[in-house]
Parts: sequence; C-alpha cells; structure tokens
Amino acid sequence: MAVVVYIESENGTPKKAGLEVASYGRALADAHGVSLVAVGFNLTDHERLNVFGVDKLYNIDTQGGVHFDVERYSEALAQVATKVSASLMVVSSSADGRYIGPIVAIKTDAAYMSNVVGLPSQYGPLQVKRTCFTNKAFNETQSTKERVVLSLSSNSYGLHEKPGTAEVLSGDYPVSSNSLKVESVEKATDKVSIADADIVVSGGRGLKGPENWHLIEDLADVLGAATACSKPVSDMGWRSHSEHVGQTGKPVASNLYIAIGVSGAIQHLAGINASKVKVVINSDPEAPFFKAADYGIVGDAFEVVPVLTEKLKARMQ
Amino acid sequence: MNILVCISNVPDTTSKINFKEENTAFETQGVQFIINPNDEFGLTRAVWFQQKVGAKVTVVNVGDASCEPILRKCLAIGADQALRVDLQPKDGFEVATQLAAICKKESYDLIITGRESIDYNGGMVGGMLATLLEIPYVANCIQMDIASDEVSVQREIDGGKESLSATLPLVIGAQKGLVEEKDLIIPNMRGIMQARQKPLEVVPPEAAAPASKVQAFEKPAEKGPVKLVDAEDIDGLIDLLENEAKVL
Ligand SMILES: Cc1cc2nc3c(=O)[nH]c(=O)nc-3n(C[C@H](O)[C@H](O)[C@H](O)COP(=O)(O)OP(=O)(O)OC[C@H]3O[C@@H](n4cnc5c(N)ncnc54)[C@H](O)[C@@H]3O)c2cc1C
Ligand SMILES: Nc1ncnc2c1ncn2[C@@H]1O[C@H](COP(=O)(O)O)[C@@H](O)[C@H]1O
Repeated sequence: MAVVVYIESENGTPKKAGLEVASYGRALADAHGVSLVAVGFNLTDHERLNVFGVDKLYNIDTQGGVHFDVERYSEALAQVATKVSASLMVVSSSADGRYIGPIVAIKTDAAYMSNVVGLPSQYGPLQVKRTCFTNKAFNETQSTKERVVLSLSSNSYGLHEKPGTAEVLSGDYPVSSNSLKVESVEKATDKVSIADADIVVSGGRGLKGPENWHLIEDLADVLGAATACSKPVSDMGWRSHSEHVGQTGKPVASNLYIAIGVSGAIQHLAGINASKVKVVINSDPEAPFFKAADYGIVGDAFEVVPVLTEKLKARMQ
Repeated sequence: MNILVCISNVPDTTSKINFKEENTAFETQGVQFIINPNDEFGLTRAVWFQQKVGAKVTVVNVGDASCEPILRKCLAIGADQALRVDLQPKDGFEVATQLAAICKKESYDLIITGRESIDYNGGMVGGMLATLLEIPYVANCIQMDIASDEVSVQREIDGGKESLSATLPLVIGAQKGLVEEKDLIIPNMRGIMQARQKPLEVVPPEAAAPASKVQAFEKPAEKGPVKLVDAEDIDGLIDLLENEAKVL
C-alpha cells in the first residue's frame, strides 16, 4: 500500500503546488502507516523532496519530451499506482493537475474528488471536505471506491516539512497511442501564474483602460504577485483571458488578494473567496466588495495605488 | 460531422446557495436554472460548425424532467436534437458513465463538455468520458479549428496557452475563448417556435453506480466586518497586512 503524489515541475524544479501535494501526501501516508511515493518527470532538483518526507521518487525521463503530455503522464502515474498498490493519489489543482486527475482515476478504477480543502475527515471509506458552488459552499464527499484520486486546492494545506531521504528510482515513460500532440507553448516565463501565486493583484473596470494597467503591474512586481482582472476587463480585451478570475474564470486561492477598482459582484467574489486575506481599494464606499474584504481603503486607485507601491518598494529595500 | 454537446443544468450565477433536509440537499426553491456557462460557449461553437460545414448538433443532459427547459433553450439556440438520460446523477463519474453509453450507441466525431460545471465544479466529466471512450481529451479549450480530419486546438495553461494538434474523434472541455461572450446566441421567436418541433428524446439510464456521494453541505462561516484604513494612511494598511494578517 502507498500514497502516490504527482510532483509538478518547471525546468526540473518541483513547483510549490508539487511540494504542497507532497506535504499533504506525507500526512495521508502517516495516517495510513504506508509509504509516500512521488512521481515526477525530468526532475533535476529532487533533493527538495527530501524536505517533505517522500520515501520513494519515480523520476521519469521523458526522453527529450519537453511538454506536459497528458496521455503519457497519466499512463505513467497509473502504472506506478498499480505497481505500488496505491490506495490514494494526490494531484494539485493547477491546470495540469486538474487535467490529469480524472483521467488517472478512470485508468486506475478510482473515485476522483476535486477542490479538496483539508485532510480527510474520515479514512475508510475516505471522506473529504471540498468546495462547491464556486466557493459559495462546502461539501463532505465520501468515496464508494477502494481507491481515490484527490485534487488538492492550492494553498489549502500549505507546506509542512518532514525531513527524510527519498530513494530515487527511474520509471517507464509509456508510449502514447493517442493522436494528441503539443505543437507549441506560449507562456510568460517571467510572470507568476495565478495558480502558483501567494499574492494576486487584480484590477477591474475602475481602472478605466488598459493604458492604466501599469498601476496593477508595478504593485504586483514589488510583491512578487500574479496579476488578475474582472470579467468585463478581459471581455473588452484590456487584458488576456487567462487573467479573468471569478465564477466563470479562474479560481483564486492565494494568501492575499488585492482588488483594485473591482466592484465585487457575486460572480467575481465566488471565484476569489477561497483567498485567505482580501483587500479592496475602491472609490465607492457602497461597493459590495467591502462586505467581502478583510481590509479596505475607500479612495481613488489612481492616488492610492502608486503610494502603496512606492512605500512597499521602499520597505523591501 | 456529428457533434454531441453535454449540457449541465446549474443555478444562475446570482443565486444564493441554501441547503435543506439537514444540509444534505441543495434547496432548488426559488433558484433559476441556466445552461452551464462553459457549456454554452461549447454549444455556440457547435452551432457555428453546423452553419459552416453542416454538422449535426445533438445536446445531451443527464438529469430529471426539471432539466428539460434548458434543453429546449439549447434547441432554440440551434441544436438539432436533444437527449435526456432520465437519471438524477450523484457524481461526475455517474454522468460520464451514462454519457459514454450514449456515445457507444451513436458515433460522434466531436464531443463537447464544459471545462467544469459551476455547481459542483468537478471538472471531471470530460476527462473521464474521453478515457472511458479511449479517445483524447483537451481540457480548458480556448480555440478549436477543424480542417477535414485534422484538428488544431488551444488549451489554457497556468500563465499561458498550449497549441495542440489532434484527430477526430475528440472530447474537449469548453470555456470562454472558444467563442466570445458577444457571440453567444440569444434565441429569437423563430428559434423558440422551431425548438418546440425538434425532437427531445428521453433515454433510460444504464445500470451503473456513482464513485462517490455527498454526505453533507455546509456554508462558509460568516466573516467579520471589513477594517477600513484611511486613504491617507497607507503605512497603516501595510502595518496591518504585515503584523496582523501576516501576509507580507
Ligand atoms: C453569467 C455571468 C458570469 C459572470 N462571471 C464573472 C466572473 O467570473 N468574474 C467576474 O469578475 N465577473 C463575472 N461576471 C460579471 C459580474 O457580474 C460583474 O459585472 C463584474 O465582475 C464587474 O466587473 P468590475 O468590478 O471590473 O466592474 P464594475 O462593476 O464596473 O466596477 C468597477 C468598480 O470600480 C470602482 N472605481 C471606479 N473608479 C475608481 C477609481 N478611480 N478608483 C477606485 N475604484 C474605482 C467603482 O466604484 C466600481 O465599484 C459574470 C456575470 C454573469 C452574468
Ligand atoms: N448532468 C449532466 N448532464 C450532461 N452533461 C453534464 C452533466 N454534468 C456535467 N456535464 C458536463 O460535464 C462538464 C463538466 O462537469 P463537471 O465535471 O461536473 O465539472 C459540464 O460542463 C458538462 O458539459
């Protein structure tokens, strides 16, 4: 028996989401008294995993394949899961994690549960708490299958160190019979993505136009934050789709969410509610966001934000 | 080309979410139901293929009779026919199993699901369905073009996008970008009249079990009032974020 976790990486280094999944997996393995088996692809910096108590790492060489390949990755995970008789598998809630999770579940005859926000409330049958109705509620879901694949909401468990030494093994990279092929990837490599970010700075229609986005970007730069926007902002093409957050956009579960010139419509709040601390800067004291936020400033973004950015910059130096 | 669009019936995005029967069931009283927004993007793209290349568009829902109004709406938007698998599903796996049975009866070249449903947010039906059918799945699909059998698609990834090629049959998880908001079709009188004549077939479910069950629902704890900081006191805000909230 074992718990299997999928370690996402970028250029050979495990991502924070991968380390969080390892931490969470360690706790599950301890609860079951079994070992924690990690699966990664082309990891060079795998010593990082020792810090989080991984017992065994299958480090799979993709033979020059540089892109995430859903079919081959999911097959590799399923094969390891079968080999080590995994009862639980954990993936992150990143775009790739949520992509691979349901596929691995079918391949291994497991139940799949997404948006998991904490350790199981019960083992055997496994029961976990998950968000639903886009963060407007939670539910307790129980598995009716022996094996379960969980997708852990980012930042919901955090990083918990438990030093050990992982035995590093190589693993098969299965061939794919499927026609799907990645042709190219476009990615802003110098930018923090919303899924990975501890802090997200978000702008709404109150910023008046794309030419004013330096306000958002400068603040995000100082904080090492990702940038996001409300739906109308991306609908009008001020910002790209990938920045649209909310009920019909990306979910945000950062430690800090700063909303600037965003009114706080129910659909926007639904998607960002899982963030731990919310700050609003809005000129209208009646804006609904003030009801959802922890901290707020009633003021003009064009005056408040540059001062905030300057003061944070000075503080960092 | 034969296209199947999977339609989930979800509460309107402005709905207040409440539970009944000691928090074991969703309170549908007073809730307006809509086509899951991601599915509507997918349906719109399907209707575009119908008009450009004469594709036949079938919509399917796994649900009870209360889901028929949204299937009629899909027909008014332009789908040619509708199927309803007569079962109130307990989880995404059960939905995927029923949909797989539908896809085994009739062959579809393109199967469109939504990236996720906005009620249970499983984000699982598309990937499960494709895997059950042993065909590829493209999640978070933001663009798709088909030239004969060659498909080019784009998938949104964290911080960017990925371009892929594939062949049919294929399952995609639709979201905004596949079509834009302004392309969504608002049914006109003619569409609504025609929809009444189009076939809506009720199909009995296959025998299959769900993989999970919801034991109870819970609403998030009420949060305290916002702490307001004066617009002149930016240092005060930074201090609170650093020392009280401990997020800097
Ligand atoms: C089906 C459906 C799904 C939706 N999904 C989403 C979703 O996923 N995400 C989403 O964001 N929205 C979504 N919406 C839209 C949502 O209802 C709101 O329309 C939207 O969130 C409003 O965006 P906004 O706050 O940027 O703009 P507005 O509502 O126009 O708000 C602008 C705010 O800026 C403030 N402001 C103006 N000037 C200044 C200034 N100088 N300084 C500071 N503040 C200023 C104003 O007081 C106002 O509060 C959805 C709507 C529907 C119908
Ligand atoms: N009851 C259902 N009937 C038909 N299609 C569904 C149903 N539930 C979910 N789907 C489809 O699967 C997608 C993803 O749903 P989910 O996995 O629940 O997030 C939805 O956008 C729909 O396209």
